[in-house]
Amino acid sequence: MELEELKELIELLKETDVTELQIEKEGTKVKIKREKILSHLEMAGHERAAFQEKIVAETEDEAQRLITITSPIVGTFYRSPTPEAPPFVEIGAKVVKGQVLCIVEAMKLMNEIESDIDGIVMKILVENGQPVEYGEPLFLIEPA
Amino acid sequence: MKLFKKVLIANRGEIAVRIIRACKELGIKTVAVYSEIDKDSLHIRLADESVCIGPANVTQSYLNIPALLSSAEITDSDAIHPGYGFLSENHHFAEACTTSGITFIGPTSENIRLGGDKAKARQIMRRKGVPVVSGSDGPVPNEEIAMKTAKKIGFPIVLKASAGGGGHGMKVVKEEKDLDQAFYMAQREALTAFGNSEIYIEEYIPEMRHIEVQIMADNKGNTVHLNERDCSIQRRHQKLIEESPSPISSTEKFKKRIGELGVKAARAIKYRNVGTVEFIVDSKGNIYFIEINTRIQVEHPVTEAVTGIDIIKEQIKLAAGLPLGYKQNQIKQTGHAIECRINAEDPERFIPSPGKITFLSLPGGPGVRVDTAIYSGYVIPSHYDSLIAKLIVHGKDRPEAIAKMKRALDEFIIEGVNTTIPFHKRVLNNPDFVSGNFTTHFVEKINPLNQGQ
Repeated sequence: MELEELKELIELLKETDVTELQIEKEGTKVKIKREKILSHLEMAGHERAAFQEKIVAETEDEAQRLITITSPIVGTFYRSPTPEAPPFVEIGAKVVKGQVLCIVEAMKLMNEIESDIDGIVMKILVENGQPVEYGEPLFLIEPA
Repeated sequence: MKLFKKVLIANRGEIAVRIIRACKELGIKTVAVYSEIDKDSLHIRLADESVCIGPANVTQSYLNIPALLSSAEITDSDAIHPGYGFLSENHHFAEACTTSGITFIGPTSENIRLGGDKAKARQIMRRKGVPVVSGSDGPVPNEEIAMKTAKKIGFPIVLKASAGGGGHGMKVVKEEKDLDQAFYMAQREALTAFGNSEIYIEEYIPEMRHIEVQIMADNKGNTVHLNERDCSIQRRHQKLIEESPSPISSTEKFKKRIGELGVKAARAIKYRNVGTVEFIVDSKGNIYFIEINTRIQVEHPVTEAVTGIDIIKEQIKLAAGLPLGYKQNQIKQTGHAIECRINAEDPERFIPSPGKITFLSLPGGPGVRVDTAIYSGYVIPSHYDSLIAKLIVHGKDRPEAIAKMKRALDEFIIEGVNTTIPFHKRVLNNPDFVSGNFTTHFVEKINPLNQGQ
């Protein structure tokens, strides 16, 4: 077994939770063992990994959990009631059912788009002034 | 004069594809609109841009005027082509486009309004010297007047809906004793189908042919006709097969006469852009005006084949204000063309058959044209009409056209859904069809059991 291959195997071991690896190749046997030392750093690493894992799972659940508010009409999306006014909502805003989230303007008529649920605005999916079509996703809301 | 820079097609299916093709050839950008269920449609893929306008339901999508105007606004379209059906004969839509600064590719809203009032159109034609079937002068308001008018004309008569089409609100009344009941029913049907219960009366012509004339006019009123089409092969007032010239157009005299009447009718209402004047011709060859169709028609390819003129391109040019590109003596007719409308329906009982097309092979070869929006794997939705393809052939004469159509129908393979291809094969092999000896009762005669559906 070449030194390079051994090095690769050791790296591979380090990257995983594997504690012992035994390989037999062309008459040569290699055994690599890892001694686990629990230290604060490692614990922190594990916790971070656990936390990261948790986040990954969460993103998948997110798609199922968050409610999408879509445009019921064709028009132009505006975040504020007028150009000078502040936006109806920002990310993180708490909203209630029926609360106006934005305007979709069609043929000079300003249509107020309301939230279907109580919750928190997690994402705004379109830009101010962007044309939107029927069914276009506008907001992702985390239900309360 | 410049043509449009961008046209929004307010339609779907094969006609949307047709319009996109014409626009592309003219260097005009295209915008397709679609309902959610049409998201896999062919016309979206051929257009430069697309906008989803609503759910499957037509009222919320293809008939949704605000959604269509808004789509034109956000895409910066300068014209809308309405196709046929849907909003193509809705004068409110035509007006709304104009008010919004968008050109409606079609006639004026006044032309559309008048074309949609059949009793009034008849009245005007009569006054302008275009022959009409004997009948009421305008709508009949009640049973008393209906009876008086019917007796004057002589039974049998037919009751027709002023706002109508497609046979709704239409009743043939053979005897006096049946009139009151029929009148009441006709009014109710018309109200349900068209929101307007107005009825007018015409003499019933038992053996008639439906022959229509394609016309075009520019903004100055220069009007020409592109000859006639015979559309007598119909089932329940829906056309199935059309051809040009008509088999009874054997004399130049007849052709000239009906063409000129078409132009006269168009001029009588100052018609603009492209349209079709419908006539019925009785067994003696008398020609009577029935109505004017203020839109491009499904069967326009038949006329395109025999004249060599791209009618959709002409429509677009005329809408952009260009003068008429042809003088009457420059319009020639060569050979004979036939169109078969292929519907996703059972070929014997005509029950709609939506579903997935599992295999598709289109016919081809000289003189064969297919206008369609279907493809292998396409799922035909159940929400819209069942027309899935138009098969048009062009031969040097009628026998060659018939031989070509039979050949092309044999090559046309659509699997996964029922289609009316077998029905068309039956017609093309029928001796009365081949001899040209048929009236609007033809389909009834070869399919006696299915007229009740």
